[in-house]
Amino acid sequence: MTAQHVRTHTIDMSSVLRDQKKTDEPNETCIKVENLNLFYGEKQALHNINMEILKKKVTAYIGPSGCGKSTLLRCINRMNDLVDSAKIDGKIILDNENIYDKSVNVAALRRRVGMVFQKPNPFPKSIFENVAYGLRIQGINDKRVLEETVENALRGSALWDEMKDRLNDNALGISGGQQQRLVIARAIAIEPEVLLLDEPASALDPISTLKIEELINELKEKYTIVIVTHNMQQAARVSDYTAFMYLGELIEMGMTSELFTNPQKKQTEDYITGRYG
Amino acid sequence: MDNSKIGHHISGQFNKELEDVRNKVLTMGGLVEQQIELAVTAFSTGDMEMAELVIKQDNQVDALEMAIDQECMQILALRQPAAFDLRLLITVIKVVNELERVGDMAERIAEMAIQLAGIDNNNKHDQYYELEHMAELVQEMLHGALDVFARMNIEDVTTITGLDENVDREYGSIIRQLITRMMEDPRNITRMLDVLWIARSLERIGDHACNVCEHLVYMVKGEDVRHLTQEELERKMKE
Repeated sequence: MTAQHVRTHTIDMSSVLRDQKKTDEPNETCIKVENLNLFYGEKQALHNINMEILKKKVTAYIGPSGCGKSTLLRCINRMNDLVDSAKIDGKIILDNENIYDKSVNVAALRRRVGMVFQKPNPFPKSIFENVAYGLRIQGINDKRVLEETVENALRGSALWDEMKDRLNDNALGISGGQQQRLVIARAIAIEPEVLLLDEPASALDPISTLKIEELINELKEKYTIVIVTHNMQQAARVSDYTAFMYLGELIEMGMTSELFTNPQKKQTEDYITGRYG
Repeated sequence: MDNSKIGHHISGQFNKELEDVRNKVLTMGGLVEQQIELAVTAFSTGDMEMAELVIKQDNQVDALEMAIDQECMQILALRQPAAFDLRLLITVIKVVNELERVGDMAERIAEMAIQLAGIDNNNKHDQYYELEHMAELVQEMLHGALDVFARMNIEDVTTITGLDENVDREYGSIIRQLITRMMEDPRNITRMLDVLWIARSLERIGDHACNVCEHLVYMVKGEDVRHLTQEELERKMKE
């Protein structure tokens, strides 16, 4: 065999080796929680929470009922302001700005930080109007803009193909899984930076759940997503980072792949393996 | 890190399933240990019935391997285990594979014992004391590795893997000895090649025992320590 027949190139292994993948993309912080304490009246619900949520990643909060994960999620778009007895100290910094600053316009904040709840809550209007609602209340009534936005939002939430022929039907007439995706479409129609999902799939059947999970995977291309879930396997499937909370404290936070295979804290291990805490 | 790591699930049934897998692995380990013991004795004493028994028993080892794999797969599918439970099951699947290979090695030793008996007029092979010493070493290693699994305590792992150096040394000296005998009289060659297979099998058993230890470190610590040198492993274990 002559020399030119000898293949000398080496096979590039970088794409299959995990360590290489980690350093691929820069991790930008989107939200930073600093020394956050929250009281409901006398009762302290969150104890000195510190965490960073990375841009365009999915962060999941897990923990037993009453551990404060929903409370923490609701802090990120100041939903707890609506609870009279809630008192908050500490900071949540979104793009270099503390959202609890007096100067912050809460309505504007909630446009940047969208939220979807456990039960789908479409308005008793048409599918089209549900998605267009956010724009209408901002005073946008240009038909072309609305149509384009609605289409994009429905495509973004993987509903367009199912809904394009029935945009004028009442939103209450579609299935629960479709309603939940419609609500997500409504949230992304106003192009928020962050999407907060509070148990978005817990009221849905397994197939709709998988569709939501698939959707989350697609949405993280554009949005930073924080999800609260009771379903640990769901957290493991959809998230890049997982935070385990217990009794109002952040016990452990880390890459999902690490946290579910080799958690550092015993409490985390006990919870995710289904043992007595 | 003790056996209670397996217990304390909210689901008692899950505890039972994990405990059951663990017991099966230990049973399989015991069986494989016995296989080596029998095979080596069959070789040195020329007891052909014993050698036949080793070959027959290999079916049991294989059956256990498949049963344990099947059980692990069931648990993975039905329980979606995480953290230690997940590492335990993954480790079991790998350890069982290593043990099955050890069983095959024992079977090969038994086959060679039979073959040698056909060549030699004298069935006894008690002149190969290096081989017996090597067998003792690898049995000690395998026993140690199974003990680590039973107690889920990885403190002694480096002591066990450290023995592999001695095994390799013995293996080298056996090969030199066999070469010498072959050169002395070419009529020895066939016989010596069979003995070489036995030495080779024992050496492999030592390697499998080391692999088991590495898998067990992953199970307990969650750290992949495969393909490290003995020194690197010792450093890792001190961390």
